[in-house]
Order: sequence, then structure tokens, then C-alpha cells
Amino acid sequence: MADVESQIAEWRAYVARAPGVNGHDVDELDAHLRDQIAELAAAGLTGDEAFLVAVKRMGDLDALSREFAREHSGRLWKQLVLSNEEDPARPSSGWLEALAFAVAAAVAMQIARLAADFPDEEEEWLFLNISLLVLPFLAGYFARRRHLDPRRWLLTATPFALAALVVNLYPFDADSATQLVVALYLPVALWFAVAYPYMGGTLRSHERRMDFVRFTGEWVIYYALIALGGGVLLMLTVLIFEPLGAGVDERLVEWVLPSGAAGAVIVAAWLVESKQHVVENMAPVLTMLFTPLFAVMLTAAAAIYAVSGTAGEFDRELLGVFDALLVVVLGLVLYAMSAREAARPAAPMDRVQLLAVASALVLDLMVLGSMLARIGDLGFTPNRVAALGLNLVLLVNLAGAAWLSTRFLTGRIAFHRLERWQTSYLPVFAIWAATVVVALPPLFAFD
Amino acid sequence: MHIASSYGRARVNINKDLVAASATPLVLSILAEGESYGYSILKRVRDLSGGDLEWTDGMLYPLLHRLLRLGYATTEWRTPSGGRRRRYYAITDDGRAALAEQQRQWMTVTRALGGVWQDSGWSPALGGA
Repeated sequence: MADVESQIAEWRAYVARAPGVNGHDVDELDAHLRDQIAELAAAGLTGDEAFLVAVKRMGDLDALSREFAREHSGRLWKQLVLSNEEDPARPSSGWLEALAFAVAAAVAMQIARLAADFPDEEEEWLFLNISLLVLPFLAGYFARRRHLDPRRWLLTATPFALAALVVNLYPFDADSATQLVVALYLPVALWFAVAYPYMGGTLRSHERRMDFVRFTGEWVIYYALIALGGGVLLMLTVLIFEPLGAGVDERLVEWVLPSGAAGAVIVAAWLVESKQHVVENMAPVLTMLFTPLFAVMLTAAAAIYAVSGTAGEFDRELLGVFDALLVVVLGLVLYAMSAREAARPAAPMDRVQLLAVASALVLDLMVLGSMLARIGDLGFTPNRVAALGLNLVLLVNLAGAAWLSTRFLTGRIAFHRLERWQTSYLPVFAIWAATVVVALPPLFAFD
Repeated sequence: MHIASSYGRARVNINKDLVAASATPLVLSILAEGESYGYSILKRVRDLSGGDLEWTDGMLYPLLHRLLRLGYATTEWRTPSGGRRRRYYAITDDGRAALAEQQRQWMTVTRALGGVWQDSGWSPALGGA
């Protein structure tokens, strides 16, 4: 019977992974399985035979899981906070590790805040260094989780050390425009630095690069969820403490908010890692929902601007807005791509996505034309160079994506080629962000 | 045992929709006889139908959980002496009311069908297969 026990344990573990089935359900099904096996064994079957018949009678696990999920649709969300089951060899260290790094990030942020005396003083170095206070802990978390060797630990730390030196040793002028640009681009550059430990040091693997894209998208979703919940909690706390007066509520926000925001970066990463299958269910739904909406918005905007001919009057701020728009469209494209099964044939949603990309390109070309004319008149500023560069980098990426997805939709290439284009292009973003951080300030004399 | 009870006559393959439709009243009726747990409910279903009502075992549990959600049953985990730890279900008053309503509906249907089959004298089931 010892053999049957191990078979039951395996079956249990398998059932426990099914979405929509929780621990109590597994216990219940387990008891059922054992009753069935006992009865069959009493009728003369061997342990193995009884186990096989009992499992067969239990039915197809996929159908069962669907049935459970239908009855308990709320459970898919509850799984967000349940324990890690991906790594059965280390059942407890998963969340403990994450918690340790999250607390470290929270403490680092708090110390820096106190040192800068924020918010009473508005020290610029604090804003400049915010990503350096948090993302090294995220990188460290992944380096530990992926069991990197000492050489790779060193390589993981290098970009962070360099960035810390660069941004803090550059002699920025007071109210410097380049400083603002660096503060904006540094988190992006460092996020790509996190990719190295996330991918376990295998930067060349396109599959791992796609994993990192998926991770980024899911991390954003989890972070937004945590921020929403945390916001509600904080608001209620403030309301409760308000009657105490004497600024207790304000102090509370000052202490809790920075640390909470820093710790949540790690917690969100841990959630993505340990609860992957939960968000995998959400990604297709979200892209299905937002791709058509963005397509409609972008097509309408492109048509209106083209017809009314107001593209020539775009003002200075608009290039930044369009950069943001292109980033969102690119994010949507990448996210949809990472959630898509590569083997699936072209579907209507792929066409809708192409429409969104094409409209964004048309819009962007109009803006770019008017901006180039403006720069020709008024010259370069740090802001304009950074925005223009980002714009070109995004433009090339989306143009390539549009071209390849046209070829995919007409059946001339496999979807895999599109994926390859995006994963090959990722280093370009990283290099551009790093260039802005390192090269732009000296070019403009730290102005 | 259900295997013995189905000897001597042809087995009836009951249509899937009919199995699904009859599942809730059947489970409620069994619970109305007294509290029970999943495996025992399933065995009772097999006995009652002479093995003709074949359920996929696992599917009983989402159904039981639905009864809990609707308030037709309550549940508790118990370990009877010398037995295995099991989750027992008991019918509630709401469950009895729902069962009474289901009973009326099924009675009406079977009466109507019985009536029309009797009137027309069309009764292949009695002719023997």
C-alpha cells in the first residue's frame, strides 16, 4: 500500500495545481479517492488497479477544474495571496526570501527619506536616487532565487554601482533640465539591469527575454492592484486617526507611503513569480479588452488630425504625450504577444492590433514632422533630444512590428518571427535609456 | 451492490442533459434521508438507479458546493470513530423547500409523459429490448 500512498500524494499535488480548486476541495476529493480505492481493493483489485480505476472515475481534471472555477469564480483572485506552490522543494523560503528583500527595500527608502528630511525639504538627490534605493533589492532577490554564481552576482551589481556613481558624481546645475531627464530614464535603465538576474544571466536566450517581457507586464498589474488596495487602506487609516489631530495622520502617510511603495516592488515580483498561472488567465482578457479600445481611439485621432490638418500646430508638450502613447501601444503589443500561443493561427484580434499599431504610427509621423520643424527653428534641449530619441526608437520598433504582422496575417511568415523581432529589439531600449542617463548630461554641460 | 442489480435487463444510457437536470433533486433527496458525505451520496445514486445513472465522481463536489452557496445545505468536517475524516453535508429548510418545488415539477413531467404513453398504448419499454 506504500506505493499507492505515493501515487495518491502525486495525484493530490497534481489536483492542487488546478485553478479554482483549493486545499479543502483537495482534501475532500482525496477522501473520496481513498474510499473508492478501499472499496475496490475489498472487491479483490490490487492497490495499483484500484488507484487507476478510482482516478478514472474521478473524471477529467481539466473539466473538473473548470467546474470548480465556475462555481467558485472568486477563488482565482484568492489565489493571489496563497502560498507558493511552484517550488515544492522549498515550501516556505519563497515568501520569506521575498519578505526579507521587501523589508530591506522599505528600510532603505525610509532611511533615505529621513536623511533627506522629506517632505519638509525637497532634496533633489532623493528623487534622482529613488530607483537606486529599490531596484538593487529586486535584482538581489532574483539573483538569490536563480542561484547565481559569484561572478554573475558581481555582473548583476555592476550596472547599479555605475549608475550610483554617475548620477551622484555628475555636477548638475541647480534646476537642471538634464537632471530631470536622468531621473526619468534611470528607473527604465535599471529595470533592464534587473533583467540580467531575472534571466539567470542568460541574456542571449530569446525565450527568457520574452519571459522578462511577460514578467514586466504582470508586475505592472500586480503593482497596480497592490497600490489600489494600499491606497484604500491608507486613506481609511488617515480618516481614523484624523480626530487625534496634531498631524498624526500626516506623519503616518509620510512614514508608511514611501516604505510601502518600495516594499511592494518586491512583493509584486514575488506574486508574479509564485502565482504565474493566475495572471496568465488575466493577460488574454485584458488585451482582448483594451486592444480594440486603443485601436478605435488611435484610428479616430489619426483620422481627425489628418482631415482637419491641425498637425502643424502641435505644441511643445505633445511629443512627450505621444511618447507615452507609443510606449502604451508597444506595451499592449508586447503583452498580447507574451500571452499569445505562438502556434495559434491568425485571429481577428491580430488584425485589430495591427490597426492600432498602424494608426499610432501615422499619428506619430505627423507629430514627428511638426516637432522636427520646431527643433529646426528653436534648437535642441535635453528634453527634446531625449523625447525625440525615444520617439525614433519606438517608431522603428512599431514600424517593424507592423510590417512583420502584415506578413504574418497574409500567411507569409510564422508568428515566431514577430516574437523574434521584439525580443531582438529589447536591448535597443536598454541602450537608449542608458545612453540618456550617461551621455546626455555631459553633452548639455549638466544644464 | 449496483453491479448485481443491473443483471437481467438491458442498461439504459441516460442522456447527459437529463443526468445534469436530475442531479440536484437527486442529491437533495438523498440528503433529505439524512446527512451524508460525497462518496456515500454517489454510491446511493448508483444503487438507486441500478448503476444506470453514471456520474463522473469529481463533478458531484462542485454541485455540493453550489448547494452550500444557495443555502440548501450545510457542511462540516468530521472524523467518525474508526473512520476517515470526511466532509458531511446536511439539508437545510431552504433545501427542503427547493426539493419540494423540484418534486412538483418532476411529478408533473412524469405524469404528463405517463399519461400520453398510456393513452396511446405506446410502450416499447415494456415490450422488452
